Amino acid sequence: MVFCRRGGPRAPAGLPVAMGAAGAVPPAADKKGLGIVTTASSADHPTRRDFLFVATGAAAVVGAAATVWPFIDQMNPDAATIAAGAPIEVDLTPIAEGQDIKVFWRGKPIYISHRTKKQIEEARSVPLSSLPDPQTDEARVKSGHDQWLVVIGICTHLGCIPIAHEGNYDGFFCPCHGSQYDTSGRIRQGPAPANLAVPPYQFVSDTKIQIG
Amino acid sequence: MSGPSDYQPTNPALRWIERRLPIFGLIHSSFVAYPTPRNLNYWWTFGAILSMMLAVQIVTGVVLAMHYTPHADLAFRSVELIVRDVNYGWLLRNMHACGASMFFFAVYIHMFRGLYYGSYKEPREVLWILGVIIYLLMMATGFMGYVLPWGQMSFWGATVITNLFSAVPYFGESIVTLLWGGYAVGNPTLNRFFSLHYLLPFVIAGVVVLHVWALHVAGQNNPAGVEAKTEKDTVAFTPYATIKDLFGVSCFLIFYSWFIFYMPNYLGDAENYVPANPGVTPAHIVPEWYYLPFYAILRSIPDKLVGVVAMFAAIIILCFLPWLDSSKTRSSKYRPLAKQFFWMFVVVCILLGYLGAQPPEGIYVIAGRILTVCYFAYFLIVLPLLSRIETPRPVPNSIADDVLAKTGRKAAPMVSTVIAIMVAGGLLVGGAQSARAEGGEVAPPAQKWSFSGPFGKFDRGAVQRGLQVYKEVCATCHSLSFVAFRNLADPGGPGYSTAQAAAFASEYKIKDGPNDQGEMFERPGRPADYFPSPFPNEQAARAANGGAAPPDLSLITKARSYKRGFPWFIIDFFTQYQEQGPDYVTAILEGFEENPPAGVTIPEGSYYNKYFPGHAIKMPKPLSDGQVAYTDGSPTTVAQYAHDVTTFLMWTAEPHMEARKRLGLQVFVFLILFSILMYFTKKKVWANAH
Repeated sequence: MVFCRRGGPRAPAGLPVAMGAAGAVPPAADKKGLGIVTTASSADHPTRRDFLFVATGAAAVVGAAATVWPFIDQMNPDAATIAAGAPIEVDLTPIAEGQDIKVFWRGKPIYISHRTKKQIEEARSVPLSSLPDPQTDEARVKSGHDQWLVVIGICTHLGCIPIAHEGNYDGFFCPCHGSQYDTSGRIRQGPAPANLAVPPYQFVSDTKIQIG
Repeated sequence: MSGPSDYQPTNPALRWIERRLPIFGLIHSSFVAYPTPRNLNYWWTFGAILSMMLAVQIVTGVVLAMHYTPHADLAFRSVELIVRDVNYGWLLRNMHACGASMFFFAVYIHMFRGLYYGSYKEPREVLWILGVIIYLLMMATGFMGYVLPWGQMSFWGATVITNLFSAVPYFGESIVTLLWGGYAVGNPTLNRFFSLHYLLPFVIAGVVVLHVWALHVAGQNNPAGVEAKTEKDTVAFTPYATIKDLFGVSCFLIFYSWFIFYMPNYLGDAENYVPANPGVTPAHIVPEWYYLPFYAILRSIPDKLVGVVAMFAAIIILCFLPWLDSSKTRSSKYRPLAKQFFWMFVVVCILLGYLGAQPPEGIYVIAGRILTVCYFAYFLIVLPLLSRIETPRPVPNSIADDVLAKTGRKAAPMVSTVIAIMVAGGLLVGGAQSARAEGGEVAPPAQKWSFSGPFGKFDRGAVQRGLQVYKEVCATCHSLSFVAFRNLADPGGPGYSTAQAAAFASEYKIKDGPNDQGEMFERPGRPADYFPSPFPNEQAARAANGGAAPPDLSLITKARSYKRGFPWFIIDFFTQYQEQGPDYVTAILEGFEENPPAGVTIPEGSYYNKYFPGHAIKMPKPLSDGQVAYTDGSPTTVAQYAHDVTTFLMWTAEPHMEARKRLGLQVFVFLILFSILMYFTKKKVWANAH
């Protein structure tokens, strides 16, 4: 026990000054004094004893915190779930003008609408100031592919799936609480606070998109 | 829990609650002010260790249940997916599986401690009986938990144990049908076992509350076996007992971690990495080690009903212990004869455990019968007789006297212990030698593996070459259904990039569908896809391979093993040798011989293999020199192929092995430092008590 020999002579110097100094030194330096606890004379040395208790308690807290992490992290999506959420490709050729399809990506329904001229017109003629969540139609579609609207079909109110081609705005109508979206998937009426979200996607070719 | 407390919290909010629900007073009187004998030794910390283990098992169990699927077709795979895909899933599963063993290990020490120090004697009979009930509940819980992974041992363990109840006269068959929920062990059985396995730990927790309650009414026993009389005999539970228990717990955690991080499969059976197959019983059905002594008693008796009765009686007899042993002296420290017999009994239990793992033939059966008689004789003859004829040494007047007498005296090694251990060792060696004489099998030669030992890592080159060998040779017959292409890019694996893994995947054709027309179609593989099987189903695989379906290789290095025997299985614990599987797989790949030795005939359609059990293997020699063209200049020999593909298959069997060993090192450094801190803290705290 080298620590004992080194710490031993210091222990009897139980002067208030020495105690203050021992408490002030950085933990690494003070650790050398750990061996002191084995000497009986240090029993009346509150600072060093406190340090030992604090060090042990701190180590216990660190250990407990590190132990808790795996139990929390296990609730995150597992590797298979993440791998299954890889990007998907969707062929747009079968979707005629005025039609829409629903595909699933990461467990979410994605509406892909092939909009008519009239629907695009409607979406673009609305003054932004009248929208609860102002956003231009151009910002919600890919330029050059203005006829294609791709939105996540989950109502921004409480997560129900709105019905396409319904409601007062020729867009989407959520049957749960009556939210209504327009032909750009923007909220126009009802309790939902935001527009239907646009998923990350890009055009691989003119007739094929990759979602994700 | 010892009467109303006059404890009053200082905080006004807590005082408000205390007036309405005196819970802080209850905690204070039970776990703070509660007087504990000051002479308790470290064997007494196992109560705290057991409380911790119960908590660990419940917490990890609840978490595992979030990912587990209790269905006969999906259970095995879901357990494997927990280990492979869930974040820290391997850790949680190891904690739970090894935790069961640690729980039993601790409970056996706890029970033997009670036995040695007479903790079952008046006024602690109810405390003791509650303990036996907890132990029975633990056995039921442990058994049903072992069934859940739905491996071969799970399935056949469930079959054998449920069939124990068929020994009941008249109602046996009906009881067994009731347990199964079908004509045989199957999906309904698995479902109800899962339900009960989730329920019983909470029942155990409830009985533990009663156990602690009874303990706090009677007060703790102590090594001197005399009751605490004055304040000088006791110390407050907190901080004295708490800090000592915590030090014991931290030391136990080191032992526990050795299994979690370095020997996770040491206490398990390789056979349980083979999915349940109702058509084939494993050659040796062996329960988990903690049931082995009782299993040995069961097998020792040639009559079905009597065997079952004897097995249960071996446990139930513990309930009658307070009345079988009527000696007034509690602690065996002061009972010279009882002490000797106690150690003999310990040895008998260990030997019964050893016999329980041996095949029920020859000398093992005879030894089992002798030891079964010894087991019951200890309770029914030795203890009642000793309490009448033995003259105990004088016990100290008080606990304080005992403490004072101890200071300055050095404990001499007990002669009886040494003798007992020598006898046990001799018997074990004898047993092992006879076992070696019986088996004609050649043990696979031990190979050098990059992944062995506490710092072992997979040799990336070997794993990559092994993948090539698998793809070009093994994959024509063997599936690899637990491995996805994305795994090839996982850290700790072959070391490919995500793009390389995707490119590798795109070379495969994967069946997908149905499409919008309702038809199945083929598409190029994606990283999320699993290696496709060479055969559409097991029947096709069987038909194409002379009646023997080639096993899936994902887990083969963990699902195959060979008997290590005594004393190797003890040495393995310290050397962390756990490469029986890889050694065996390599040996099989290299063990083919053109001409069987003289006098050995191999059936038509089989091939001679030196290391295959029975020597007749349906697989023709798969590898020959130069068969696979390596691009990195490694020798293209069978030995090199076998070594590489086995390394690859070790990775497929345990993809997170490197993470396990890395985290293990960190945990060990922490736990050792923490235990040292705890030791000094404990010393400091107890300095005031002496």
